[in-house]
Amino acid sequence: MKQTPLYNKHVALGATIVDFGGWAMPVQYTNLIEEHHTTREKAGLFDICHMGEIEVQGKDALKLLQYVMSRDLSQEKIGQLMLAVITNEQGGIIDDLTIYKRAEDRYLVVTNACPKDKDLNHLKKAKEILNLSNVIITDLSDQMGKLDLQGPKSQAILQKFSADDLSQIKFYHFIETQLFDHDAIISRSGYTGEDGFEIYMNVQYMPKLWDELLEIGAPFGLKPIGLGARDTLRLEAGYMLNGNEMDETTSPLEVVYSWVTNLDKNFIGSEAIRKQKQEGLKRKLVGFEMLERGIARHGYKVFKNGREIGIVTSGTLSPTLNKAIGMAFVPIDVAKPDTEIEIQIRNITAKAKIIKLPFYKKKF
Amino acid sequence: MSKPNPTTNYRYTKDHEWAKDNADGTAMIGITDHAQEMLTDIVYVELPEMGRKIKQGERVAVVESVKSVSDVYAPVSGEVIAVNEDLLNHPEYVNQDAFEKGWIAKIKVSDSGEFSKLMDANAYNTLIKE
Repeated sequence: MKQTPLYNKHVALGATIVDFGGWAMPVQYTNLIEEHHTTREKAGLFDICHMGEIEVQGKDALKLLQYVMSRDLSQEKIGQLMLAVITNEQGGIIDDLTIYKRAEDRYLVVTNACPKDKDLNHLKKAKEILNLSNVIITDLSDQMGKLDLQGPKSQAILQKFSADDLSQIKFYHFIETQLFDHDAIISRSGYTGEDGFEIYMNVQYMPKLWDELLEIGAPFGLKPIGLGARDTLRLEAGYMLNGNEMDETTSPLEVVYSWVTNLDKNFIGSEAIRKQKQEGLKRKLVGFEMLERGIARHGYKVFKNGREIGIVTSGTLSPTLNKAIGMAFVPIDVAKPDTEIEIQIRNITAKAKIIKLPFYKKKF
Repeated sequence: MSKPNPTTNYRYTKDHEWAKDNADGTAMIGITDHAQEMLTDIVYVELPEMGRKIKQGERVAVVESVKSVSDVYAPVSGEVIAVNEDLLNHPEYVNQDAFEKGWIAKIKVSDSGEFSKLMDANAYNTLIKE
């Protein structure tokens, strides 16, 4: 298994280590539920060094990205990041990612860990198709590290550390700055539904950044948080997970990503997605909560009036709401909030109710 | 730190269940303190149906943490004659007190000879230290 530069620190902290897409990652340090609440109430620090970073640079960088990303990036400003998906020619999702505009001719594409190489190949293929020889695509994943600092105390903690006025960074914006005299990118963004930052630096500074943040953050209640709580936090916030809610057979229109899919432009997969839209979608991703005892899990079957109609993509006990919640694919005609469905949990079927996403919304 | 595994009347399986011989033809069953520690926060327990006849080694219950779903196998064969309904609203009892308050079911034992096939506390302690 691959290790991040912080692997030994996780082990020293007593973390339970799991295989996450070929990476040895901490799933929890002490207690998942406590880690979840710490992030919602105070602040949590996440090792996200396993994720991929790809630089796209050159005069025609935007032209290339427009042909690969579902989102219209023409209005993106320097210092802004945007969420988009990459689809295959059949319109199925390869990855959901964020695109940081660093200069008119320079972008940083941040990918999920597992599909990174696919994303890279996809970008290279598009470069060939469009014959954009001036665009240079560089995989920076081995050089760039990333920590997520998430939770209401995040700004107060990072401000102790940074000469910049962090309150000036708006949501889904970033600054290029320095932390302890070394280059850093700090964006106000994340995957928890809380205020917070994603911090990028060269991997060699990751151990120092990790240690210093934990030390400075300790009086604020900052703790390291594992992937277990990252999953419950993202699910409550209604964020999807590549591999659970989407794979290469999933259309962005079926999931929550229709808003990042612009069919007025052409990109790899757009033709197929237009066709799906014309023909009408058959299924949709919805949120649900259990009305009867039991916790729905990934892969459990969904029924309506005794007939199998869909499948659970994620499910857990929500530590914030103290309810069993989840997401599932169901036929369009069942997808309305308050519709009752049944979920097969081992030998029984338990009632659940479709509810509008997200399950949890932070009041800023 | 794990609590010590009780010695008197308690027997253990390699899958980390315990059975307590009540010496009246019945047994209490549950999961060990070591098991609850590995599972961390237990948030749901699926209890067996009353009257169900189970064989040693069959799934008799399910315990779930936020992250995981784990089967509990019957340490002895018999009929379910009581279940710990407190666990429906207080699954955390298994974390707090796996050997007493966290019992899962009471079994009318059909073959008391099965106890001797289970591990005593010493053998179980050795297993979990490995």
